[in-house]
Amino acid sequence: MRILSLAGRRLAASIPTLILILIGVFLLLQFAPGDTVDALMAQMGGGDAATARELRHFYGLDLSIPVRLADYLWHLVRLDLGFSSIYGKPVATVILERLPPTILLMTASLSFAFFFGLLFGVIAARGVNKWPDTLISTLGLIFYATPSFWFGLMAIVVFSIYLQWLPAGGFEDIGTVRSGIWRIVDIAKHLVLPSLTLGLIFLAIYLRIMRASMLEVLNLDYVRTARAKGLDETGVIVRHVLRNALLPMVTLIGLQAGTMLGGSVVVESVFSLPGLGRLAYESVVQRDLNTLLGIVFVSALLVIAVNFIVDLVYARLDPRIAVDG
Amino acid sequence: MDAIKRYFRSPAAVAGLILLLIVIAMAISAGLLYPRDPLALAGRPLIWPFSNPRFLLGTDNSGRDIAAQIFYGARISLLIGGLATAIAILIGILVGAFAGYYGGTIDNILMRITEAFQTLPNFVLLLVLVAVFGSTLTTVTIAVGVVSWPAPARLTRAEFLSLRNREFVQAGRTLGMRDIQLILGEILPNALPPVIVYASVVMAVAILLESALAFLRLSDPNVASWGNLIGLGRDVLRVQWYVSAIPGIAILVTVLAVSLVGQGLNDALNPRLKGR
Repeated sequence: MRILSLAGRRLAASIPTLILILIGVFLLLQFAPGDTVDALMAQMGGGDAATARELRHFYGLDLSIPVRLADYLWHLVRLDLGFSSIYGKPVATVILERLPPTILLMTASLSFAFFFGLLFGVIAARGVNKWPDTLISTLGLIFYATPSFWFGLMAIVVFSIYLQWLPAGGFEDIGTVRSGIWRIVDIAKHLVLPSLTLGLIFLAIYLRIMRASMLEVLNLDYVRTARAKGLDETGVIVRHVLRNALLPMVTLIGLQAGTMLGGSVVVESVFSLPGLGRLAYESVVQRDLNTLLGIVFVSALLVIAVNFIVDLVYARLDPRIAVDG
Repeated sequence: MDAIKRYFRSPAAVAGLILLLIVIAMAISAGLLYPRDPLALAGRPLIWPFSNPRFLLGTDNSGRDIAAQIFYGARISLLIGGLATAIAILIGILVGAFAGYYGGTIDNILMRITEAFQTLPNFVLLLVLVAVFGSTLTTVTIAVGVVSWPAPARLTRAEFLSLRNREFVQAGRTLGMRDIQLILGEILPNALPPVIVYASVVMAVAILLESALAFLRLSDPNVASWGNLIGLGRDVLRVQWYVSAIPGIAILVTVLAVSLVGQGLNDALNPRLKGR
């Protein structure tokens, strides 16, 4: 219960941050050249000034900025993100439709990066400065420097065009209607390359942090005690070292939730996944500022949610944190 | 100068420095080797690399020399990466110094703002900034800098927090030095080294951010940038994959070089932390 109240307090503390972000971005978007009505008129193929005035009045764009900001925040309290004139739907609906691919993608690449980062980090730390360590550390440096979109394109060339093992893009096959397990398999096949692409840089970061934190924990007294009582090396690592060495990794997930969400903008564009990131890109190109603001809100919310979960996991890994709080 | 000796003792750091110098040399020599506009038509489109001695790295979809674009792209990447990093570090030091030195309400407010910037995914904020201010070279550089300052700010703040009550600062205070003198003249020089080292991380990320933006065709289309070329090559990826492959390697090498130099500096300046 203590854990929950601690994490809950942190959650409550993030509400002002959220409001600050919304106000900031709302004011920023007022400087944007061209508003929704301009985009709409361009889509309709032009129109006279009277129509534009009428439309602006209809969308409430002719009111003063503070009034509209208050209006926006008041609607937000009721989970109303406004209306997207480009998609002809409420922004909340548009975003909800696009959320599942992004959440799937982020979960998959996070699991990939976390698991292999942990594995490689442990291997590197156990043979520190021997060849596995050198190889893994070098690979980590190269992965860190690889632009994700480029890696994605090259993966498409190799795995989709030459080997034809995996689909080059999309969320599922639209040609054939599948149901049940086959649909899941199909979606999973479509997500392999995007998850690898998005996860690569995080794999590089995790393995580096895991290696460093393993090296630190391995030198602590309690590890020597564990060895002294006759535990074999695998037992020492699995039962004693991992739990403590994992703490920095878990912290990192929370810190990088935002980076990962940002990375999905690029990755979803490479693999034409209909996710939140691609929606962000489209709304910039189409000047759908209402949707863009909605995405800002939802992505901040996602980051806060991830940090909430990280707090819970953290307290579970290290009970001292909950007691101190 | 033990630090310099220590730096050159690490093969990775030396390799990074050599790679970085090569990229810098490319940026400087671009005008000499390729006096013509790199975005002008040069020959037949889609010539494969190493098949025509006039175009060592081939040509892209519209017949522009890829090698020329790589050389000029080095300028853009280093320029945007360097300036954006300078902006980010400057804002970061300013915010971090004030927050760490004064503490209390000022710290609270500044850290709230920093947190807001960290909660919002930086690439999403970058998209918003580009949507609002357009995508010229200047706006993109400033935008990349503006989304990158929170981490250096936190680092500077932490340094200031640990330094602000040291004896040499208290001595300065008893001498009647003003706050601004203490911040800039006494604490900052001592807080600077880790921040400068961290600049390499900021620069690596800044180069990647700009190239991603260019790849999405949201950066300045009127300059030869590596990201632009990768985006163009996407249209002919199926057969002429080299158009995208070559500039990607250039980005990889540059970011790798910057990270290696940063890592080397870090190990040279903090020898006790080596291997972390």
